[in-house]
Amino acid sequence: MTEPAITPELVAKHNLTPEEYAHAVEILGRTPSYTELGIFSVMWSEHCSYKNTKPLLKTFPTKSPKILVGAGEENAGIIDIGDGIAIAFKIESHNHPSAVEPFQGATTGVGGIVRDIFTMGARPVCAVNSLRFGPITANGESDISNLKSEIANNRRLFAGVVSGIAHYGNCFGIPTVAGEVYFDKTYQGNPLVNAFCLGVLRHEQITRGAAKGVGNPVFYVGPATGRDGLAGAAFASQDLTEESAEQQRGAVQVGDPFMEKLVCEACLELLATGAVAGMQDMGAAGLTCSTCETAARAGTGIEIELDKVPQRAPNMSSYEIMLSESQERMLIVVHKGREEEVKRIFDKWDLPWSEIGIVTDTGHMKVRHGGKLVVDIPAKKIADESPVYQREAQEPAYLKDVRAFRLDGIADTTTPAEDLKKLLAWPSIASKNWVYRQYDHQVRDGSVVLPGSDAAVIRIKTDSLPVMSAELAAKVGDPKVSEKLIAMTVDCNGGYVHLDPYEGAKAAVAEACRNLACSGALPLGATDNLNMPSPLKPELFWQIKESVRGLAEGCKAFNAPVTGGNCSLYNQNPAGPIDPTPTISVVGLIEKPEHVTTQWFKDEGDAIILLGDAVDQADPILGLGGSAYLQVVHGKKNGSPPRCDLEVAKTLHTTLLGLIQSGLVKSAHDCSEGGLAVALAESCISQLVARETPRLIGVTVDLTSVGRASSRAEGGAENGSSGASPHRLDALLFGETQSRVVISCKALDAVKVVERAKLMGVPAVQIGKVGGDKLTMKTAGGEFSTPLAELHDAWWNSIARAMA
Amino acid sequence: MKAKIVITPKKAVLDPQGKTVQNALAYLGYQGVSAVHVGKYLEVELTGTDAAAARQALDEACHRFLSNPVIEDYRLEIVE
Amino acid sequence: MHFAVLQFPASNCDQDAVHAVRVLGHTAACVWHKETSLGGADAVIVPGGFSYGDYLRTGAIARFSPVMQAVQTFAAAGGLVIGICNGFQILCEAGLLPGALIRNRSLQFRCEYVFLKTATTNSPFTHRIPPDQWLRLPIAHGEGCYFADEATLASLRAHDQILWQYCSAGGEITDGANPNGSLLNIAGVCNEARNVAGLMPHPERACEPILGSDDGRLVFASMIAALENRRPAAAA
Repeated sequence: MTEPAITPELVAKHNLTPEEYAHAVEILGRTPSYTELGIFSVMWSEHCSYKNTKPLLKTFPTKSPKILVGAGEENAGIIDIGDGIAIAFKIESHNHPSAVEPFQGATTGVGGIVRDIFTMGARPVCAVNSLRFGPITANGESDISNLKSEIANNRRLFAGVVSGIAHYGNCFGIPTVAGEVYFDKTYQGNPLVNAFCLGVLRHEQITRGAAKGVGNPVFYVGPATGRDGLAGAAFASQDLTEESAEQQRGAVQVGDPFMEKLVCEACLELLATGAVAGMQDMGAAGLTCSTCETAARAGTGIEIELDKVPQRAPNMSSYEIMLSESQERMLIVVHKGREEEVKRIFDKWDLPWSEIGIVTDTGHMKVRHGGKLVVDIPAKKIADESPVYQREAQEPAYLKDVRAFRLDGIADTTTPAEDLKKLLAWPSIASKNWVYRQYDHQVRDGSVVLPGSDAAVIRIKTDSLPVMSAELAAKVGDPKVSEKLIAMTVDCNGGYVHLDPYEGAKAAVAEACRNLACSGALPLGATDNLNMPSPLKPELFWQIKESVRGLAEGCKAFNAPVTGGNCSLYNQNPAGPIDPTPTISVVGLIEKPEHVTTQWFKDEGDAIILLGDAVDQADPILGLGGSAYLQVVHGKKNGSPPRCDLEVAKTLHTTLLGLIQSGLVKSAHDCSEGGLAVALAESCISQLVARETPRLIGVTVDLTSVGRASSRAEGGAENGSSGASPHRLDALLFGETQSRVVISCKALDAVKVVERAKLMGVPAVQIGKVGGDKLTMKTAGGEFSTPLAELHDAWWNSIARAMA
Repeated sequence: MKAKIVITPKKAVLDPQGKTVQNALAYLGYQGVSAVHVGKYLEVELTGTDAAAARQALDEACHRFLSNPVIEDYRLEIVE
Repeated sequence: MHFAVLQFPASNCDQDAVHAVRVLGHTAACVWHKETSLGGADAVIVPGGFSYGDYLRTGAIARFSPVMQAVQTFAAAGGLVIGICNGFQILCEAGLLPGALIRNRSLQFRCEYVFLKTATTNSPFTHRIPPDQWLRLPIAHGEGCYFADEATLASLRAHDQILWQYCSAGGEITDGANPNGSLLNIAGVCNEARNVAGLMPHPERACEPILGSDDGRLVFASMIAALENRRPAAAA
């Protein structure tokens, strides 16, 4: 094997700038070998080093007394939930691989995040995902054949990703309990696939990804290394183009959930022996990242022998072995003298293992292959001295038009019933049952609130926890813990973020926390996934910067520190960059089982109360900016998105949670896309009893006096409404004014609930009663009434029809 | 020497995959298709040289393990 | 009573089955597929999952595990064995139950609640289920379409071996209530000797109200009551 000479062209092909290369030479004190060049390339890619976003990420709130492992320390953050129990969770993207091969891209995305969690010593107990695709319906646009083929391609990607997630999660045996899916042109050709996983463990079971203990042996476990996904991390860190995708297609990583299940069980079993000193999965940049990072974290060195690495393909070069992204592999550092336990357990699970190296005190990562030293790099330096860039940010010009957007010339609705049906059938709003019924969402016996409500709720029971070592079991004594209830959600309206990155990002956090509040949960922490375009263009970097500012303020306001996350940059398609999409997943704790609340109305005769201002009268476009209504009914994606006042939001959430904990609330559903009318409709139609058996329960609401009466609204009405009538029916029904929740309670409790809310400073008004088989709304513009069966059909079957 | 084994669903068994492929073929304009059966193809690499013995062994394996006689038929071929 | 819950590589409902048995106040332990003994269990649960990744055919590889030999012997001696989801597939592959489970007619995995009508209470798995109560249980499978040839179906009916059928909320056996295309809406069957049963829905996921249904308890409670009735007889 002759290795290519290191030329400027070769350096450029590895996505290293001349300055970065010079720095690499300086660290080594010589010209790197070909394999070393590959290692610098992946270690300093955005995916591994966050070189373009690090300064921004530092602004996230990351501290709380409950945080046991914080952001950036390890593969995932860990938060204490009481009684010695903790949760580990993280979200990660697999956007570029999914664009190339949707099924395998999604499977390996799920596999990677699940590994990140059990690497921490936690048992993975649930998964969540956040997905974005191009439109799957023509949505009013003239049905030209070209558009048709794009739609067909969007459907192919959507179907492929969903079946990939289903295949991996179902086989591994992790319930996929929640998620979100949006469809928008901006994601055409560049779908977003963000996978989240949560695991549970006892505090003492936290495992570090550190190569501790000089002289300790280093084990490779899991399937053999092939040429798959060579340098995927580097691929994920450049613009997605036809060429880059084509190159990558030859080397798609294939996920094997069966293997992952065995590796997970074997690792948890091994951890219980106490023989493990450190553990790290081989994810992005495989063997490279795992050896380098474990040594850097421990401040040690590591030496490995590539001839001992199990190999699937003949004649693999050291470059290929080091950079391969073959899936389901782990690097385990074992206490010296306890090697037999690794062998025994991995043999039991019929898994390949190999002792490939040793922890040293040199601080260097040394790799030998065929008797030659092929890599000799100071581990800490390559990990810590990755380049950091302060990119230039400049507000994009399009925002001027966005801010100037007014409702003049947009006629108020005269067909609210029609519009409501259109909105319910719009794939971004429509029921996602076509998606989640393909996911096993109940395995592991923990799913309390299934997909289809504001947030998923799982319970954590004693036998959800990983098996304890004998030593720990003796210390813990009676292992029984009281069951914990964890709620989680993932949110982001990328359209809002495009129209105002700061407000949009705040709104994403607020919505996630509102969803938790509606479910009865108090936020514990958050994990973010910045899905962004190229940081190299100042206008696009400005979006990233403003998004991060919004996320950071939001997380601070709701006491949801960020425990980790992921950046995916360079997301674009031939038509331009994607909408900046800073997905945020927030995890919360529900104190008692009786506080678990779902979104659907429960009983005839219950009172319906709207918490929050019906319409933000201080907003010149009354909460319609960026709304689903303007997009669906008027074909416009424009206008400043609804303002997100974090103080108002926080007061609402605290108040709602207080009401829930007092046992007064029977259902709670937040108003988001599609506004009040969609929230009401969903509360009537979203309960599913069993297959083909929805429970429909009607309402009669009177909105004639709503939308103009609230105290806050009056103050703002004068300076705001330039041109927009403050009493527009579309704004009342479909506007997306922030911080609103529709709740129901016993009729007898209605007065108490309204008064208590007002006392807390939250506008509250009873708007109607539950009952009947229609959704009836009285408004200043007249009364309209729609049979629930019609609404349900539009909402429930829309995506299935598109995908048939 | 290797064995080529083709496993197909029995004609009487509902084959939604085959039906879906058939529909797709028709949609794409390929005419004259009356049915599609989607099965499995296994290639088994053998070390021995006795074709008759291999056939006998694999025939048993097909019946006992590689196919499910309740729902599948198989065809076995030994090639040099 | 003590239940043995078999554990194959990539069984993933094994811990759920153990949990459900414990919730009912009995004991259960996982038995690794390489074991040759069932550890003195009173009954066996073959749990759901993706044993051997569902490679080749669901259940095809698992049935050859050493532990399945023990299950064959246990079943031949009249022991109670229930296969759930992948466990049902394994028992069919092993020939302990008639028929086979093939790909859902939708070609997609399906996870949702279904209603089940108990077709006969004449079995150790159903005798405690009120005949007029439709069980509401979750399913989660990609290959749950029950298939058997005409002769087998006729024999199943003749011997009252169909235990559960998918039904509507009103208890009717309709096509709409059938989540996977199973013949005769069959969700579960037993063998002719009535001591081995299999079903695609997951009773172990429905044993506590907090999970949304506790109808699954009736299945396990039936088994436990049958075992308790047997014990004195065996002692005598």
